[in-house]
Parts: sequence; C-alpha cells; structure tokens
Amino acid sequence: MNPSPAGLPYDLAPAEERDYFARLGPGLVMVLPPRPPGPSGWGAGGPPHGGAWIHLGEDGRARAFTGKVEVGQGTRTALSLLVAEELALPLAAVELTMGDTDVSPWDMGTFGSRSMLDVGEHLRATAAALGDLLRELAAPALGRPVSELELANGEVRARGEARGPSVRYGTLARGLRRIATVPATVHPRGPAEWQRAGRPTSNLGAIEVVTGARQYASDLRLPGMLHGRILFPPAYGARLRRIDLDRARALPGVTVVREGDFVAVAAPDPLLAGRALRALAAEWATEPQPSELEIVEYLRRHPAEGEDFWDVVHYTVGDVESALARAPVSLRATYTTAYIAHVPMETHAALASWEGERLTVWVGTQTPFRARESVADALGVRPADVRVVVPPTGSGFGGKHAHDLAIGAARLARAAGRPVRIVFTREEEFSHAYFRPMAVVEIRSGAELDGRLTAWQLHDLNAGSAAARGPYRVPNQRVENQPAESPLPQGSYRALAATANTFARESHMDELAARVGADPVEYRLRHLEDERLAAVLRAVAERVGWRPRAVPSGPAAPPALGRGVAVGLEKGGRVATCAEVAVDEARRLEVRRIVTGFECGAIVHPANLRSQVEGGTVMALGGALFEAVHFAGGRILNPKLSEYRVPRFRDVPPIEVLLVDRRDLPSEGAGETPLIAVAPAVANAIFDATGRRLRTLPLAPDGAVP
Amino acid sequence: MPVRESTDARRATPPLRVNGVDHPIDLARERSLLFVLREELGLTGTKYGCGEGECGACTVLVDGVAVRSCTTSVAEAVGRSVTTVEGLSHGEMLHPVQRAFVEAGAFQCGFCIPGMIVAAVALLNRNPHPGVDEIRAVMNGNICRCGGYLRIVEAIRSVGGPARTESEAPR
Repeated sequence: MNPSPAGLPYDLAPAEERDYFARLGPGLVMVLPPRPPGPSGWGAGGPPHGGAWIHLGEDGRARAFTGKVEVGQGTRTALSLLVAEELALPLAAVELTMGDTDVSPWDMGTFGSRSMLDVGEHLRATAAALGDLLRELAAPALGRPVSELELANGEVRARGEARGPSVRYGTLARGLRRIATVPATVHPRGPAEWQRAGRPTSNLGAIEVVTGARQYASDLRLPGMLHGRILFPPAYGARLRRIDLDRARALPGVTVVREGDFVAVAAPDPLLAGRALRALAAEWATEPQPSELEIVEYLRRHPAEGEDFWDVVHYTVGDVESALARAPVSLRATYTTAYIAHVPMETHAALASWEGERLTVWVGTQTPFRARESVADALGVRPADVRVVVPPTGSGFGGKHAHDLAIGAARLARAAGRPVRIVFTREEEFSHAYFRPMAVVEIRSGAELDGRLTAWQLHDLNAGSAAARGPYRVPNQRVENQPAESPLPQGSYRALAATANTFARESHMDELAARVGADPVEYRLRHLEDERLAAVLRAVAERVGWRPRAVPSGPAAPPALGRGVAVGLEKGGRVATCAEVAVDEARRLEVRRIVTGFECGAIVHPANLRSQVEGGTVMALGGALFEAVHFAGGRILNPKLSEYRVPRFRDVPPIEVLLVDRRDLPSEGAGETPLIAVAPAVANAIFDATGRRLRTLPLAPDGAVP
Repeated sequence: MPVRESTDARRATPPLRVNGVDHPIDLARERSLLFVLREELGLTGTKYGCGEGECGACTVLVDGVAVRSCTTSVAEAVGRSVTTVEGLSHGEMLHPVQRAFVEAGAFQCGFCIPGMIVAAVALLNRNPHPGVDEIRAVMNGNICRCGGYLRIVEAIRSVGGPARTESEAPR
C-alpha cells in the first residue's frame, strides 16, 4: 500500500499543501476543485463534492484519482478510458486510484448511477486541461503556436504532421513540480471525435480475476492479524439481558470488547473467534415484531414523520380529483414489491489496523468518505486520522453503505493492539445487513373513452421517489411518496424505488390499454413525451416483430404464450423491455426471451454497457420472479442461499440488448435503469398469455403463477 | 459429509497435495478444505460465498473432480491432489478456460469467477464440447450475482477442447 500523506488527507488540505510530488514524483498536477452541489437532487445542501486531480509524471503516465469505487460495475475501465481519450494515451498508461480517502477527492458515494455523469465529466475536464497545459509547454520547444499543436500517443506534435518533430509528455514534465487548476474555458473532446472511448475494450484487471490473484477485502491479511466476530441479536428489537465476558476472555489470544450495546470478539483464527462468540452465552429479551403476513397493513399504519427524508416527491399539476371524477374510464389498483436481499457474492468485509494514533480500514464499501466520518465519530478520533481504502469489492448493489463492520474492526483492533479483520458469514449478511424496502404503490387513473389519459395519481409507500413521476403526458397528476417505519432494516438497493414505481406504472398502463382496447405499444407511444424514450421503444418493438393487438392474446392450447412490454426513463437512461413468457397447464411460468433497448447518451465502454444491461436484467428477473425475504417475530426465516433463491444459469432466458449510441448527448449512468422495466414486462406478458393480472412481486415465487 | 473421528489424527496422515505441492496437515482440529486453503495456505483465489455448498465460489478440483471446498472436510482431501484456481495458470501462461474468460469479458465484480473457472475446467475435462444446455445444467450450482451468465456460457463454449496440464489430469 502507498504510505499515508505527510500532511492531511488530500481532500482536507489545500491543493498546494498536498504532497503530490513526494508521493508520485516530479511532474504536473491538474486539479479540478470540488463543486458545490446543486440546490436539489443528490447531495443537495451537503459539502462540495466531486472534483478530480490527475498527475502526469516524468514517465509520461497519467495517474488519476477519484472517490468513486469499483464494485463490479466496470467504471474503473470506463473512467480510465475517458482520461486516456483526452490525453491521447494508451489505456495502459493511465492509472486510476479509486476510493482511498487519503488521496481521493471527497465523494458522496458510489450510488445513484452518478459515476459517469459526475466523475466522468470531471475527469474529462481535468484531463483535457492537462492536455492543454502539455501543448503550452511544448510550444516553445516545437517553435509552433499552441493552436497548431495536437496530442498523439503520449507526444505533442504539430497537427496533422505525424512525421514532424514531436516531444514526449514525460520530457515536458521532467523536473517540474507544477500544480495547475482546470480553467473554466476547458473543452473536452466531443464524443463524435473519440478515438479510444466508445470502442471495444476489455475490462482492466481481467488477468488478476481469472488467476485468483485479485485481492478483495476479505482476502487481505496483515502480520499478527486477528479475526473478529460481532455479537448480533437473534431478532430485531431484541435486548441483551445477560452476557458472560469472562469465559470468552479466558480463551487463548482472545480479545473481547464491550462498548454499550456493541459486543465483539477477536481471536487468532476464525474458528476460535466463533468459539469465543458462543462462549459469551448471550441471553436476549425479545419483543413482538410484525410478520410478513401483516406487513402491508403495518406499513400503512406506520408512516415515518418528521425526519429528514430527502427522498420525497410531492408533484402536482392540474386538478386530479375533479379530473378523476369526470373521467368516463377510471381504474384503481395497488401494486406491491417484497423485501429482497442484495446477496453480494463477497459478504461484507473490513480489516482495521492502527499505527499509533492513525487508523487504516480496508473495507468493501460504496461510501468510503462517509465511512471515514462514521468510524472517526464512533472511535472518537479526527477524520484526518482515519484512512479508508476500498479494495476490489465483490459487488454491492447498494448494500454496502453501512459502516458497522468498519467500526467494529477498528474497535477490536484498538483493544487488541493488532490488526483485526471481520468477514460476515452468509447468514450474518442476510440477517444483519439491510434490505431493499418493500413497496406499496397505489395508482388511480382516469381516461377518455378513446383512451387519452386525463388523470393520474400515484402514491408510493416506503419505496421512495425514484421514477414515481412517469414519462407520460397527463394534464392532471398527483405523485407522492410516503416513507414508513419499516420493521426490517432497509436501505439503498440497485434501482430500488424505480423498480417498484415502474412496476406499478407500467402494469397500470397495460391495464388501461386493455380497458380501452388499445395496443400496449401504441398506447404508450401515444402518451410518451420523450422522443428518445419513444425511439427506444420503437426499436424494441421492431426487433421482436411486435404485432399490434387490442386485447390479450389469451389462453390458447397450453402452454399459453404471451408478450409484454414496459418502458422507463430514470437517471438519464431510457429503457424499453419486451418479455416473452409461456405458462403451462400447471401454471408454471417460463420466461423465454427478453429484449431490452437502452439509451444513456454517448456510450463510453460498449462491452461493459452490454454487460451491465445483461447482468441488470438477470438481477431484475430474480426480484420479478421469485426473490423475497421471509420473516416472522423479528427473524429472517430464509437467511441462506439454500433458502433464498437468486437467479442461476438455468433461470436465464436468451437476453437481447439493443444499445442506442447518442454521440451528440452526454454520457449518463447505466447501472440501474436497465433493471426497471423487466418486472412489468413479464407481468404484462403473463396477462397477455393468461388474462391474469398479477400486481405483486415476486410474480411466481414457487415457479408457478398464482 | 462424513466426519472423521479424532483418532484418525493420531495416525500418520498423508500430506495434502495442492497445486502439485505437498503440505503436512494437522487433522486434530476439524475444519473445511476451504479454511485450510485460505487461512493456512494463503490461497485466497478460492472464495467463501455461503458455507453450505450452494454458490460454487469455493469450487476446487480434488483428483480432477469439482468439489465444494466449504463443505469438504480437509480430512477427506488429504492424500489426494487438490487443484485451485492458482494451479491452473503457469506464470504468464493462462489455462485455456482462463483465457476464454478474459476474451469473452466474462466478469463483472469477478468474485465468483475462480469457482466458475474451476467448475468449467472439470466440465470440459469430461466433455470438451458441451452444448449450451449441458453447460447451464452443470454450472447451475455456481452463482454469479452480477448476472454475467450469458458471457460465462459464451466463454465456456469458446474453449475448443482444453489442453490438459499435469496438475489437473485425473490420476
């Protein structure tokens, strides 16, 4: 690992006080200062975030830094490509440091499909400014005005003179210790001019992955390291009644820590740590907890009030009540989704090590800077004395935002005077992380006899605001969401509220189309406001050879075949999905084909984008078809992979991905939006096949349609 | 899995051969093959995913057969030849299955991939040209939560009969 900076972590120090050159050698550093967040949306009201810096050394290589992390979504490669593009360097000459709080720009966290949109733009601007600086430095040496110079393969030369005189970046950087700030006038190349970005590229680090050499947080080991376990209550709401610390402490090499409700042990090997945990002989007082049978009513009776929920939408246009009262066609329906688990293949893992007053935690987290704050707060030290490093992480999906493990490892390491690593067991991962919130979405709609929508009211309970406002033209609308007091711990999840709200809206649109005798594709196109989304839907309809229909195909000789479609516009991405299903005599459901069209502006890394859409579709199929956390009495009833079903090879139908590359538009994120139209497309296909309308996810928990 | 009685530990136990290297193993304490590989031998390419043989992240070859090392007692493996993902490549020389995964871009977070590759090597050793259905059936015990299944099938299909290396050849 790189040593810590001589002074403060870079994000806490002024640019001129950062030891860039001591750490990285002489050369040039281009800095884009953090920007204050906008008045609304992610990070509103928070500290300035984003920003970037890139060092260019005497070896001619570029070293870029970002606070975003790589958890499998491929942004290491995509962001590196943007730097390589602006500096006209081969990808191998770019090194990207991600998620190291000592040297990375402060960052809110890797969530919300923000990496390309924010950091992608920041790195492009910073690299472009660095390129301009290189041309300025080269002008005297080449005896040409800056405007006549271009960057090509690590050299500056006269534009269009491939064989003329040139000077290497490393030569220009030699002996310099120069820090410059990105000027407001910087102009990165437009995607239309891209030479490296937007072309087929392999993801970085492939050799390490396939040889098993890649070191994830759970693989890290330090000399003298102990293995930690945290004592968790057996049920939510349980309180510790009695505990015996002495028997555990008597075990050889075992450290026991108790700070308030936090109890944990550390031992020289994981088996002994498990023994020490059992030796605590903890006794608990449990209290009644709601079970899943009553959960919808429970959430309705327990709205969360008065807290600082930023994730709330209250959107009103026109007069929805009188429009509903006047509408000749009206519909009202409730749609629900289940609590589901992230199930990252690598469970939560953290390794903490103290050197004097300074703490380093290697942890698989999506929010390293928030982890630094939380750990510093819990341990009573300065944030500047905590370094959080995010090693390669075995996926997150929104599930790695909490910091208990990092805090626990840090407490144990301080008490033991040795490094401590904690790795969740799978059962701990299921029971003591958090879940995707269950959602209850109610929609009331009104339309004219010809189907034209006049009124739309959507109320989301407990999921959130994302994609609550639909892409359709409706003159009278009320859209709102209400947070609730969840009996299960819940939190971020890949496309969480967007999945629930899109399932509800796109199912409802299908119900309306059937009611007024309209074709589901035509009915959507008729109401879509966004031409980009309409183009994606048309492309998908064309690919599948959509045959317009006014009524469901309906039950024929079994198996009944059906086709359904759904669309979504979220986080800048436009998605349309078509699903084809078969339902046999025993009502067994088979998804036979998925076609997804996706557009997110200019495509930076096409192979990875395709991977994201395919993988997102598979993940979404799990939640659409069978994933659900079962619970009663505050306990998770299926906290194992043998009991909680996730998609496997045989669950995956052929998936066709249509990518629309808009080189004229900025690149948006792609990690989430490709998921959101899958569940409603399948539900709509089931309706087409059987005439049965399913409004509850998962659709076929035991493989059969209810 | 049968659990050996502790009396076994007092007998002279044969070594555990891992990737062609013999390691003396103390059987006094019951533990899984996965535990020994990761915690005692430092071979962290083999991953813990579930501890109950459901996810395949811990797949290794024992005498050429794919087994779940998390539910295999180390006592069952001593005296046999174990191949982990680290034993498939030789220096810069990748195993054909590893190369196929690189070329197909068949990974996202990569955590499941060592287990996938080892399971695929066992499959291809039995049948060098499996069809898609056989690949899906045999690999169904390996989970990729990133959902990279299509690329993984493509990677396995693209291997045109792997050259066997000594360490993985059945004895």
